[in-house]
Amino acid sequence: MNSKETILANIKNANRPNITKLPNIDILHVEYEDKDEKFSQTLKSVGGVASWLENDSSIEEFIEKNYDDLGLIGTNLDLNITHIKPNDIDDPHALKDIDLAIIKGEFAVAENGAVWVKESDNTNRAIYFIAKKLLIIIEKNNIVNTMHEAYKKIKFEKSGFGLFISGPSKTADIEQALVIGAHGAMECRVLFV
Amino acid sequence: MSELGHPRLAQKFASDTKRMHWHDKALWFVREKRDVQTHSLDEWEELRECADKIKTHTLENLAFYLEEFERNTRENGIEVHWAKDADEHNKIVLDILQKHDASKLVKSKSMLTEECHLNPFLEKNGIEVVDTDLGERIVQLRHEAPSHIVLPAIHLKKEDVGKTFEEFLHTQKDNSDPTYLTRAAREHLREKFLGSDASLTGVNFAISETGGIVVCTNEGNADLGASLPKLHIACMGIEKIIPRLEDLAIFTRVLARSATGQPVTTYTTHYHEPQRDGEMHIVIVDNGRSKILANKKYLKSLQCIRCGACINTCPIYRRSGGYSYGYTIPGPIGSTLGASHDIKRNFTLPFACSLCASCTNVCPVKVDLHEQLYLHRQDVVDLGLLDKKKLQALKIATFFMQHPLLMDIGGKIARVVMPLLPRSIVYSKYNIWGKNRELPKFPKNSFKELYKKRKR
Repeated sequence: MNSKETILANIKNANRPNITKLPNIDILHVEYEDKDEKFSQTLKSVGGVASWLENDSSIEEFIEKNYDDLGLIGTNLDLNITHIKPNDIDDPHALKDIDLAIIKGEFAVAENGAVWVKESDNTNRAIYFIAKKLLIIIEKNNIVNTMHEAYKKIKFEKSGFGLFISGPSKTADIEQALVIGAHGAMECRVLFV
Repeated sequence: MSELGHPRLAQKFASDTKRMHWHDKALWFVREKRDVQTHSLDEWEELRECADKIKTHTLENLAFYLEEFERNTRENGIEVHWAKDADEHNKIVLDILQKHDASKLVKSKSMLTEECHLNPFLEKNGIEVVDTDLGERIVQLRHEAPSHIVLPAIHLKKEDVGKTFEEFLHTQKDNSDPTYLTRAAREHLREKFLGSDASLTGVNFAISETGGIVVCTNEGNADLGASLPKLHIACMGIEKIIPRLEDLAIFTRVLARSATGQPVTTYTTHYHEPQRDGEMHIVIVDNGRSKILANKKYLKSLQCIRCGACINTCPIYRRSGGYSYGYTIPGPIGSTLGASHDIKRNFTLPFACSLCASCTNVCPVKVDLHEQLYLHRQDVVDLGLLDKKKLQALKIATFFMQHPLLMDIGGKIARVVMPLLPRSIVYSKYNIWGKNRELPKFPKNSFKELYKKRKR
């Protein structure tokens, strides 16, 4: 027997009775009166910032106003600012000097300040983690209450990589002192447009 | 080390009283953060109930789900390997690395690879292994093991970390500012990430239905590692399986809240395919887990999602530190897993417990931790592993319990005689219990006597 067969045989020999049904997940979960406000608060509590674009303003104007020292921008979005496209680059190591990554988020989750990111056409995953700062763009009102609603919207049919990002990277490994900026982004802003 | 057993190792840790209290408080702080998060959700108990049912169901049908997972994962272009024990796991990983001429590995947290002692094995075979989680990197530089599964360096003060970084990363002398040290580690590890040939991560959840895995981190280390070099190896125990994608809603809601009191981890990354032009391998490991599956008493310990909540709340862990357990995983969950794994080696662990049940109470997947430790104790006695002195004491207690009349007489004598004895006898070196404790004042009457009087 090879190892797979041995392991599966051991499991079958353990002879667990099949009596517990897989539960339907219909938990009456929390719903927030003002999801925007809850998301904004939660994101703040995990070190991030949520902003809403004013109606007559553009993403480019927002960036100009909110980032003093722009540096190198990396984005696959069509924006009218100087940037490099991660999709045009073969070697992800070449992204190492990106200061600001601008990416597209699908929707936000009010209960935990997370944003679901799944750019099926992005070929360089490293962009999410390697940049110093992260700006996630989401369409207004795309906020769900909890992870239950979130996972109903998630599919992996077209492409297999996706992630929730909740604020900037952080660690508390030195004496439980929270430090923002571990290996990933040191700053994370979510912009609703 | 473990030959000394928990009491002796705990004594060593507790001999520095100030540091022990500091450790206790640091862990309790995390427990309190957890409480704030869990109390903010009305549905918390319902989530635990549901998580328990999903895990119970999965363990009852584990072979089915593992095979479904393998099938779907292969369809997604990910390679799957099976390892029945630690040795086979280590060889599989080395073999994959050697086939790719990879000699520089960046690793994120994986208790499974600690359990298999993967690092020393790879290093012996010429692979440079860099642990990239900050806490793990700190203990790796100090040639120590993690003392906690979520907070690997919780036993260290910032001054200790400062000294370690001074030596290895050449940071400023006597600078132990956590932000400064974290930045230094970020720079140091950035180099390692960029120079690596392969990455290895653990697995938080393996989804059978969709054939993918989820890795949760706050630092982004697993994520950065798995997106720079072309080769990604993920190692998982057979118990990491969950049936459906929607089950993740339950587990992502309870994991970080229980672990560190955060609403969710910073990154919850789903891998269902290798990166562009890359390769992804998953190693599924048994290493004694199917043995636990066959034991009804300890089966539920396989439901554990490694949040560490039981460790943070445990009054024994908080005052004895991770190294006192002498096992890869400390605390209540480590005590039951360690005893299941090798009871002869770890027979003191089920006694590193006051049976207060706080662990069971906070466990997000309802592992019956304190009940398992109570059952392990009985196994220890049955196997004749118990300390002779303890065994004698238990035998005497059993004798009196079985003879109520003698118990009453004995109690009466003790109530009269004990208060008359000098301290040097009552608190002699043989009374270990009385080392840091005072006996209560002896009452005039026993409970039984008082109860009878009342009834009349």
